[in-house]
Amino acid sequence: MLIQSNQNGYLHPLGSEITPARTYANRRDVLKQMALVAGAAGLATWQERSAFAQDAVWGARPGKLAPLSATPGRGDGFNVMEKVSAYKDASTYNNFYEFGTDKADPAVNAHTLKTSPWSVEVEGLVKKPMRFALEDLLKLSPMEERIYRMRCVEGWSMVIPWVGYSLSALIKQVEPLGSAKYVEFVSLADPKIMPFVGSRILDWPYAEGLRLDEAMHPLALLSFGMYGEVLPNQSGAPVRIVVPWKYGFKSAKSLVKIRFTEKQPATAWNKAAANEYGFYSNVNPLVDHPRWSQATERRIGEDGLFAKKRKTLMFNGYEAQVGQLYAGMDLRKNF
Amino acid sequence: MQRLRPVLQRFLLSGLGKPIWFGLSVVPALYLLFAAFADHLGANPAEALIRSTGDWALRGLCLVLAITPLRTVAGIPALARFRRMAGLFVYFYAVLHLVSYAWLDQGFDLDALTADIAKRPFILVGFLAWLILTLLALTSWNRAIRAMGGLAWRRLHSSVHLIGGLGILHFFWIRAGKHNFFEVAVYASVLGALMAWRVRQRWRRRSAGQGGLAGAGGRSG
Repeated sequence: MLIQSNQNGYLHPLGSEITPARTYANRRDVLKQMALVAGAAGLATWQERSAFAQDAVWGARPGKLAPLSATPGRGDGFNVMEKVSAYKDASTYNNFYEFGTDKADPAVNAHTLKTSPWSVEVEGLVKKPMRFALEDLLKLSPMEERIYRMRCVEGWSMVIPWVGYSLSALIKQVEPLGSAKYVEFVSLADPKIMPFVGSRILDWPYAEGLRLDEAMHPLALLSFGMYGEVLPNQSGAPVRIVVPWKYGFKSAKSLVKIRFTEKQPATAWNKAAANEYGFYSNVNPLVDHPRWSQATERRIGEDGLFAKKRKTLMFNGYEAQVGQLYAGMDLRKNF
Repeated sequence: MQRLRPVLQRFLLSGLGKPIWFGLSVVPALYLLFAAFADHLGANPAEALIRSTGDWALRGLCLVLAITPLRTVAGIPALARFRRMAGLFVYFYAVLHLVSYAWLDQGFDLDALTADIAKRPFILVGFLAWLILTLLALTSWNRAIRAMGGLAWRRLHSSVHLIGGLGILHFFWIRAGKHNFFEVAVYASVLGALMAWRVRQRWRRRSAGQGGLAGAGGRSG
């Protein structure tokens, strides 16, 4: 039921029935500590420990794809204390233009994506350029669960429990040269399996980019899974970037290439409409998109059809963590 | 077609014609209502409702503008009886479109609404189309036609072509940010073809020496 009244109290609890955030947060800590104790005592394996902790945060695994175990990420901003979006919403409401322009299209069309074998080429201004097989990338650093807000430039948002590790772990492996200032991410563009590659909507392959210091920020995630399982194809399997303080389109999906450059790389949406989509594209309620306001957002799945929209937070709520990256910058000019 | 035409003609003229036309026209609205209650509108039901009501208004507009050409080319004059109802259904879906935007997207917040109209030209264009459509709906009754006089009424109601143009511009602007013009092109070519047919008709009549709006008689529209 989308249209709810105060009759259905179970779906729409009274304010007094909602667990205070502090208690809720505490409960997670207690559970994490319990899991730690259990682990130390040898009573639980790593998997059980993470499964235990995950169940406490957002319920059971969806059971659709292969599990991908992880430990809860421990870092500033790694776990947002907001209700996690339903897996159904996160896996059926996607922008992945290679598989169609309607947000329901990717879930229908992306089954053609073959995620194995898969490799990611790392090249450009690095001491050790190399091609990583997916299996090696999966083992490069311990998997963590990070619960991030995801804000789309279109004015909607979700909260998603990603699985992966900080992109910085990969960057350190390949040792960028002093001249490397930017990182470019290139997505797969295979017209045989992606029906919209070749359409004139964007200049394929989809390419995104970050400044090197942005890419090195611990919040920038190299993600392989969500909701305790490997990524569904429509969410950018088998490996993608997640940059939670930027609009969703900055988080390139199904990566095949990571390139280190001296000059700011050209990015897909910026090339398509430079006055509408900037290179930085930080979530910013004060800087409107030229054709619509960015002050509010609709949280998908929140309180039915007539829910009020939320106020959008500066840097999507990650200002404390990433604000210093942009100190002294005119964010209106560098939108 | 030769044999189908009289059957269709007779059916449209029968007592069942209008109720069935009416019934078919409310099906999309009833479906959307059902889908909203049954959670069938996907992850973003508000967006789905706003978009579908707009889609149906545009489809209705294509239908309205197709009536006269069909009537003439396919030879089904009885279609003329349905022009007013079809037009009022365009208005019905346009009202649903406007209300669902104002309510679900803007929470009926007047400040937010005016700011949004100022910020987004495509909303201004859509709103303008809605205003003109309101004029047409208000003057759709027999008495209004009599009060205005046939010629003035026809002139006012020929602004349905302007509404078509504004509707396409509205849709085009929405999709411009995403470079996604396929559907826009489909509607634009349908409406464009229907308008081109009218231009051709008028040009033919003019070159046949009949000339002018008055000469077009009941066949303009």
